[in-house]
Amino acid sequence: MSARDEILARVRAATADVTTPVGARANNRPTGHEVSPGRTRTLDLFAENVADYRAEVLRVPAGEVAATVAEVLRARGLGSVVVPTGLDTGWRTALAEVSTVVTEGEAGSAAELDRVDAVVTACAVGIARTGTIVLDHGPDQGRRELSLVPDTHVCVIRADQVVHDVPEALTRLGAPPHRGRPLTWVSGPSATSDIELERVEGVHGPRTLVVVIAGAIP
Amino acid sequence: MSAPPVQRTSPTFVGMPSFPEAAREALANTQQRENLHRATSTIRAKRAAVVAEVPEWEALRVAGADAKDEALTHLGDYLEKLEASLTANGATVHWARDADEANRIVVDIARAKGVDEVVKVKSMATQEIELNEALEAAGIAAWETDLAELIVQLFGDRPSHILVPAIHRNRSEIREVFVREMGKVGRPAPDDLTDDPARLAEAARLHLREKFLRARVAVSGANFAVADTGTLVVVESEGNGRMCLTLPETLISVVGIEKVLPTWDDLAPMLQLLPRSSTGERMNPYTTMWSGVHDGDGPQEVHVVLLDNGRSHVLADTMGRQALRCIRCSACLNVCPVYERTGGHAYGSVYPGPIGAVLNPQLRGTASEVDQSLPYASSLCGACFDACPVRINIPELLVELRGTVAEQGGHRAESAAMKAAAWVLSDPRRLALAQRGATTAGRLLGDRTVRRVPGLGAWTDARDVPNPPKETFRQWWARERGDAATQVGGRHTGDRPDRAGGEP
Repeated sequence: MSARDEILARVRAATADVTTPVGARANNRPTGHEVSPGRTRTLDLFAENVADYRAEVLRVPAGEVAATVAEVLRARGLGSVVVPTGLDTGWRTALAEVSTVVTEGEAGSAAELDRVDAVVTACAVGIARTGTIVLDHGPDQGRRELSLVPDTHVCVIRADQVVHDVPEALTRLGAPPHRGRPLTWVSGPSATSDIELERVEGVHGPRTLVVVIAGAIP
Repeated sequence: MSAPPVQRTSPTFVGMPSFPEAAREALANTQQRENLHRATSTIRAKRAAVVAEVPEWEALRVAGADAKDEALTHLGDYLEKLEASLTANGATVHWARDADEANRIVVDIARAKGVDEVVKVKSMATQEIELNEALEAAGIAAWETDLAELIVQLFGDRPSHILVPAIHRNRSEIREVFVREMGKVGRPAPDDLTDDPARLAEAARLHLREKFLRARVAVSGANFAVADTGTLVVVESEGNGRMCLTLPETLISVVGIEKVLPTWDDLAPMLQLLPRSSTGERMNPYTTMWSGVHDGDGPQEVHVVLLDNGRSHVLADTMGRQALRCIRCSACLNVCPVYERTGGHAYGSVYPGPIGAVLNPQLRGTASEVDQSLPYASSLCGACFDACPVRINIPELLVELRGTVAEQGGHRAESAAMKAAAWVLSDPRRLALAQRGATTAGRLLGDRTVRRVPGLGAWTDARDVPNPPKETFRQWWARERGDAATQVGGRHTGDRPDRAGGEP
């Protein structure tokens, strides 16, 4: 018998006592869906929780995103930046004024990305209650290594992309256009607590995370 | 068919001494006890704070347990569904009955790729099957990339905690091993390395980056495997997971068959329960979800090895199968008074703490000394059940397993003592005689302390034996009330004492 058939036979024998049909579990699946106390409160909570991970949070009107992102790079002296193919062309133009812009296609390998200072991306969903941004690596976010290898990640999120809690995020991500794409959930910069449980920000992923919230002014 | 086979104890743990014996050494290590105490109390406080933020926590626990129970009770169906979804997504699915078979599959893939090294994401399943040793035997280096696993690997040590495997080491020990060992396996530690955790993390970043950039094959586990979408999920903190899951051309994930979740929506309770229970965070820094091969993004050859290795044996026990809900968060370790004092090594397995005390004897059976002793490595205080995000009733399972061990005649001295006690207690004359013996001994001993009793070594090693009383209650009653019915050696008829004694 193949390993597959043998394992399946084992688990079927092991569960021979089960009489309920598949998928018939009681329709009581409370998934912790906390109702949003209102858009303003949800956005405030998102900003608070992202900042709580020691990420930098900037809230600007939609029209000021390009200038804000460029200023982040200029102020930090980040001389080179990689951008996904589908990034907003206005942002890209503003970035080119302060930094050397490398496009996704030009940075063909991880080693090349390792020589770039920063990456600017959009994102798919934000989650207020956990302070999380989720990338689905669509055209305005680029393939996964883009937002991983450079040491600074500037991520722009529209206010309408922020949901209140994890279940709402999963509902959105489980539907088109996100469904089936690889996802990266980011909650603050990379971190470790492996040495005496003392938290250190920044290990292998970007050590600096800047989240720009566009379109909602507190 | 006959009962599914248990897991063969992996070479590292064959012949492990029983828990009390192994714990003795750990208890004598003051440095380790201090490290453990500080670490577990810190993480307990963090967990308590973020759990308190969620008013519907109990409902989430129920939802988490339900999701796992649905998957486990129909595991055959969901495994087939998972296989079909993964295959449709371009992944290659392999099945492994046991550790040897899983190791062979991984080694064969790595060999076919012609590599002499792989990078690894922290994974309990690959530790369980001792994959690193199997790869090494095949001439393939396996680089652990999680900081704590790297520390453990450089020490040539064993992990002592599920989440923070180097919890038993402090910063100065870690600095020393970095300085001494890093240069032997790659980029050396910086010359001016201090024991500041930030500097140590930086040293690990530099050391591992060259390995990430050149690696062609990565090996991971998975926290969850979603059957209806064919999605694997890895939660992590440092970004080493993202590196391994993204940069190499080939990715091999070893996934226990109990990791399957029925649907995408079942991730909702899990992704809320796991980080808060595990690291005490609202969300862990990074979670990667991939569904087979993604065109032009990440590994273009994706393998998934579905591992049994004793899990179907656990599944066959209708009460015991709840242990397979475990999502390896380690909350039960951090709240356990026994774990806090002994650390993880004494459990003789990669799964320490309360969950290890049940899961190891369930997976491996109760034939070995260590597996017979593990159900007793608990005070049954119940803190582990309260902390468990998927409501595994660990104390209940421990009691059940103690029964199993006792029935097979493990703990022989104890069952002999219990039989003798039953014989004495079942007859009042025997009891009275025994009591007379005891009180005589009590009077002879006076104020002296009994430190050892021959034959009761394990018990009296850590405790003084209470001296027998100089007088028992029945002797006192007879002396005070002069009731013949309760006289020593007298005939006891089961009368209530107040019938003869007058005033209540």
